[in-house]
Amino acid sequence: MGEFKVLEIKQSIFEDNDKDAEAVRAELKEKGVFLLNLMSSPGSGKTTTLCRTIELLKNQLRIGIMEADIDSDVDAKTIAEQGVKSIQLHTGGMCHLDADMTRQGLKGLGIEDVDLAILENVGNLVCPAEFDTGSVKNAMILSVPEGHDKPLKYPLMFSICDVVLINKIDVMPYFDFDLEKCKEYIAMRNPNAKVIPICARTGEGMEEWAAWLKEEVNEWQTN
Amino acid sequence: MHELGIVFHVIKSVEKVAKENDITEIASVTLELGQVSGVVFSYMEDCWKWAVKKTELLQNAELRMEEIPAVTYCEECGKTYGTVEHGKICPHCQSEKTYLIQGNEANIKEIEAC
Repeated sequence: MGEFKVLEIKQSIFEDNDKDAEAVRAELKEKGVFLLNLMSSPGSGKTTTLCRTIELLKNQLRIGIMEADIDSDVDAKTIAEQGVKSIQLHTGGMCHLDADMTRQGLKGLGIEDVDLAILENVGNLVCPAEFDTGSVKNAMILSVPEGHDKPLKYPLMFSICDVVLINKIDVMPYFDFDLEKCKEYIAMRNPNAKVIPICARTGEGMEEWAAWLKEEVNEWQTN
Repeated sequence: MHELGIVFHVIKSVEKVAKENDITEIASVTLELGQVSGVVFSYMEDCWKWAVKKTELLQNAELRMEEIPAVTYCEECGKTYGTVEHGKICPHCQSEKTYLIQGNEANIKEIEAC
């Protein structure tokens, strides 16, 4: 054994992931594929929202879905019933996806014939926010039963999202949820985030969301 | 287990550095972690012990962690204060126009190797 010496590294732990993410985005741009990273807590209605979104957009865009979970394939099965391409990714115990896992997912899904790829990230408001997946835009769903104070409790998640969907607004009368306060808290963390109140079950607000998404895909593909 | 993902990224980065520098053994890896980086030191230790066993280079590498205190700056009064003690609202002037200037770091500082 030789003598140990100290090597100064001074590098962010996320630096490699950030580089991988840039490479994923460059490949998506070249192929004209828009990737949305959809995040939320477990049970906020990600899969239901996705099903509705697919219904609204599948005649206009070629869609591919990546379902990331720690285990099971129930979500991928639900999505497959919508008649779009989907793939289930297992993170093997990890609470988030990173850019390299996303790259493998996109490869597995096959994006040659896809305009809009959506990554349904692991349900969690903490870790997915730390790792850039290589997505073009980030969206998150906050559901009414979770409470309007979540932007204060999970600041990073709200600060990296381009859109916040406030889901389950049909049950607002039964919960102590203040929509205006919620918007105010989101704006404190991220003044640029667009907030769209929706109800995936009844379809309320879904057209505004679908229109935003379609506009973003068009812009990514043409500019 | 967000710490496990971080440990994997650290291992990957260190292995890359080792390859570039013809390193054959690593005695320790030192990280700098911000007080509000959301990384739990004790979880890092556990994840580290488990993950390095799967590597060749880092089998015996010790994980060292240095904490960087979180400091927030107030745009209104120009003063700084401890983020963990006071949060988002400035204790000097009660303003909410504040932002974190340090304490969110997650860096690999150095390694001991031969």
